[in-house]
Amino acid sequence: MIVAQRKNIPELLSIVENHRKVLLLGCGTCVTVCLAGGQREVSIIASALRMAARLKDLPLEVEELTVERQCDNVFLEQAAEATRQADAVVSLGCGAGVQALAERFAGKPVYAGLDTTFIGILEERGIWAEKCAACGACVLHLYGGICPITRCAKRLLNGPCSGSREDRCEVNPGRPCAWQLIYQRLKEIGQLDRLEGIKPPKNWRPSLSGGCRSIIREDHRV
Amino acid sequence: MKSDGFQPKILAFCCHYCAYASADLAGSMRIQYPPNVRIIRTPCTGRLETEYFMKAFENGADGVLVAGCLEGGCHFVEGNLCAKRRVNYSRDMLQEIGLEKERLRMVNISAAMARPLADSITDMVETVRKLGPSPLRKPETNPKQRKHS
Repeated sequence: MIVAQRKNIPELLSIVENHRKVLLLGCGTCVTVCLAGGQREVSIIASALRMAARLKDLPLEVEELTVERQCDNVFLEQAAEATRQADAVVSLGCGAGVQALAERFAGKPVYAGLDTTFIGILEERGIWAEKCAACGACVLHLYGGICPITRCAKRLLNGPCSGSREDRCEVNPGRPCAWQLIYQRLKEIGQLDRLEGIKPPKNWRPSLSGGCRSIIREDHRV
Repeated sequence: MKSDGFQPKILAFCCHYCAYASADLAGSMRIQYPPNVRIIRTPCTGRLETEYFMKAFENGADGVLVAGCLEGGCHFVEGNLCAKRRVNYSRDMLQEIGLEKERLRMVNISAAMARPLADSITDMVETVRKLGPSPLRKPETNPKQRKHS
């Protein structure tokens, strides 16, 4: 899922302080699961914004709504009326949701209420960790399902850097060395031979180096 | 002086298994505590969300007291520890908003601790009295128009 975290209240207030009525729009998908922008967080942040505005004598009204998925135009219809009635929209969706809203409601200011951070998973309660850099050319099959691009601080493709202590990364001792994990995993599944060849430099062209990416599926176009 | 004649309105979320029972015991023992608290019984303080605290302050509470079981003594094992972390998070959020974090506090009380509960309530009332009314407090309605409180 996409993992995000909320902006702090003073920053949010500074974004919307020139508007009188804003819609705080949550998203029921990834950001609900990572506890950043679902219905409950909309309620909390809306309350906080209203209180912060009242303390600064700002005449700010904050309306609340959560749609199932902000990055899909079909679901944005549910927010059309509330958006029409507001001076601006603060999205508690990921960056894709914010931009989908801005495209759908062309004449309406749309602001990001979250900092979209990474693609990751819930490691344990209250801890999310990045697992995928969306590099566009997946190499997970070579490394036992552990991504050296994302999880090795140096993005090394041909073995560890020799800086790790025990099984800890030297850049961030709070994290395990990705190469230690890769070795253990390949050993467990009997695929250590995958480490024998030299991996050539990664092709970064499918990544963000060429600007915004798109995928066209002719078989699904109408 | 900020606190002239000021009677704080404090919401107390009390766990059914400890603080609520100790409030009951305080009544049986005729222990006095300030009438400024409105007690809300919760099945466990672990049930409380940041949302509840925000709504309380938004609606004009001067202070919020969360009273849960002693650490290690939660009926649901770790509900009070969850509450402790949420209260800390909410206190930070109050500061972001511009309110004093001292307006929200958690205490740990067992069902037998009637006197400490009364002392905690008294201490909370005094703390909030010193801070003064919440700047978000809504104007008082005319007491003559007010129905039974």
